[in-house]
Amino acid sequence: MKHKTFFWFMIPSLLAMLLFIAMPIVSVLIQSVYAPHEQVIVEVENCGPFGCETSTAVDQDATRELREAEPLGRFVGNDIYTDRNHLATSQVGAAWSSSTGIGDFISKLLNLPFYGALLFTLTYTAVVTPMALLFGFVIALAVNTLPKLLKGPMIFFSLLPMIVTPLIGALILFWMIDARGVLGSFIQWIANDPDLSLKASTPLTWAMLMVYGIWSSAPFAFVVYYAGLQTVPDDTLESAMIDGATPFERIRYVVLPHLLPLTTFMALIKIMDNFRVFEPIVSFNAAAHAQSLSYFIFNDLGGETQLLSSSAATSVLTIIGVSILLSPVLVRTWRDYGKS
Amino acid sequence: MYQFKKALLTSAFLLGGSVAAFAASCGVDSGRVNIVGNEFPAIQTVAANAAKCEGLDVKANLTADHQKINLAGMQGDPAEYTTAIIANSSIVALMNGDVIRPLDDLVAKHGQDIPKNQLITIDGKVMAVAFMANAQHLVYRKDILEELDIAVPTSYEEVLAAAEKIRASGKLQNPVGGAYKTGWNLAQEFVNMYLGAGGEFYKPGTAEVAVNNEKGVEALEMMKALSEYMNPDFLTHDSNLTSDEWEAGNVALMNMWGSRTGRLMDDEGAEPVVYENTTVGGPLTVGDSGKRATTLWWDGWTVAKNISDEDAEATFVAMKNGISPSILDDETMGQAVWMIDGYQPAPVNQGVFDTIAAGAAPYPMLPYHGLLHTAIGDNISDFLQGKESAEQALSDIEAAYTASATEKGFLK
Repeated sequence: MKHKTFFWFMIPSLLAMLLFIAMPIVSVLIQSVYAPHEQVIVEVENCGPFGCETSTAVDQDATRELREAEPLGRFVGNDIYTDRNHLATSQVGAAWSSSTGIGDFISKLLNLPFYGALLFTLTYTAVVTPMALLFGFVIALAVNTLPKLLKGPMIFFSLLPMIVTPLIGALILFWMIDARGVLGSFIQWIANDPDLSLKASTPLTWAMLMVYGIWSSAPFAFVVYYAGLQTVPDDTLESAMIDGATPFERIRYVVLPHLLPLTTFMALIKIMDNFRVFEPIVSFNAAAHAQSLSYFIFNDLGGETQLLSSSAATSVLTIIGVSILLSPVLVRTWRDYGKS
Repeated sequence: MYQFKKALLTSAFLLGGSVAAFAASCGVDSGRVNIVGNEFPAIQTVAANAAKCEGLDVKANLTADHQKINLAGMQGDPAEYTTAIIANSSIVALMNGDVIRPLDDLVAKHGQDIPKNQLITIDGKVMAVAFMANAQHLVYRKDILEELDIAVPTSYEEVLAAAEKIRASGKLQNPVGGAYKTGWNLAQEFVNMYLGAGGEFYKPGTAEVAVNNEKGVEALEMMKALSEYMNPDFLTHDSNLTSDEWEAGNVALMNMWGSRTGRLMDDEGAEPVVYENTTVGGPLTVGDSGKRATTLWWDGWTVAKNISDEDAEATFVAMKNGISPSILDDETMGQAVWMIDGYQPAPVNQGVFDTIAAGAAPYPMLPYHGLLHTAIGDNISDFLQGKESAEQALSDIEAAYTASATEKGFLK
């Protein structure tokens, strides 16, 4: 393609990326180093049905003047990043110097919201990404061997978890695993413990969130692998058979290497998705046991307290986290394809 | 295509919650009204009656998540919501955000007949019109207490003793209920308990938090003791789910909002043995401070700042119609402790009256208290699950609040 043609071909998507990806990230970065102005508090008298009381309120006129003088707020540099609700640098330092041992330090570290959330997010990513890919691959292999008549309905059936809106899917599961729900009662019966509650135990809640994560993202891996399976060259497979390869060996030495680029691609996408785990925490009401960075952003933005700078800082930290996680895969992709 | 569009419009209209029956003029004949508010029967009544004004385009979005959307929905210009139905806690966020307007001129023009005690004034300006009072108080199952010969509890210590007796009798495994869902609900229970223990949230005259003390520990210990008698999933139960547990007959004692008792005592959703024996008690105490472990609330409506004066006027008259004496009938009378003329107290509302009479404190209306409420809600579930000490939970609350109050500019 000529450079000029290429340029005109790419310009709409470049513009869109600039407008909808690059600029918001810059705006979030700016937001995260500014905080709201110092509040001007005045004493006021509030009266209502329960009588009058002296209280305090924000002086809106004074605040408006401050805001007009400096519309961005006050510059705080990296203060938000290092405060207790984010990287908590001074708290981590204090925990390190006051700890009796490494175990004590880790428990103090995980008591800080950011590191507690990071532990869950990383565990979730590390478990759900490979498991979803594995399940997707197994389902694809199984569907691929079915007779033609059954393939259509089976594909549709396997895709259902992806078709169901995530929030609804999670909510249905949430009701089923209730102590009085179908699955909840079943698990109590199996464990022979009428007081067992999935929602009341942190390890079980984590397991439940991860099972949900695998359930909802395996279909994506299945679809991609299924499409990939159609491109595996028949003659290579046949020659492997003639050489006496078992079915397992054919998958291990022919199919898997052929699908490796797809696996890399899906690992990229899934790591990104899983690091931003959010819906299951909300719909399983699991915030008491598991939190993620995305959940913090939602919490900061959604409440009546609106901690905008805090949510901006968490967003930037999420982007950094995703980049770090993706770097090995990206480097590998670059090595494989960048040269050609 | 036209038909399709019409169908789409109609369904959007219905989803928006518009009700246009019994239209009558309310004094202003055009304008846009959009209500955001919590979801319980009294507020549904107010919104439905506000929608009866002829000529006005009235929509309502009533949801338990109202506090997550009302501020954002009023910050635009023009604001999406022209009025937010709020309580004494949540008006603070709207005041801090400067998104509601003083109502003095509208009161002078259209609201001369609104009784003075319904007008909420802040620094001399009318900022909201209250229409009901609310409080949390004891709700109990008369039949179970009588059968086991238990006196109606007046303190949380007596609730614990009663719960032990009920559990021991084998009647109910988890006889205590409570809205202990992590977040706002759980924080509200701590606020109740801490005030009941005689605690003060801040160092006098400052925004510096001071909850890490023996009153805080006492409040947390009591919450944990109560949670031992609750459904093990208690950290996921908000007021709606707690009410469901009650109606399912699984609970015999709970601290519940007065505004929700009507639903518990009606004949829908429960067996007769449950709703016939549901009885309201008074506010509970904890320890020997003599204070009540609950807070007083009013619910009222505001008018958005970022809307045209015409829409503001339309909103005012529609909402005034929503709380006019004519909304009271046999069905709506027991839904709340209305501040409206013609209201006849029903037995179901007795708990709120007892709470007012007992001199419970109103929920604090301080500009930074929302930040503390959030910090509390995020940091006590670890303690209730036995993962950390009460002192650690309280120091986490203080640290989380201090970080967010510093960011917001309330602390230096």
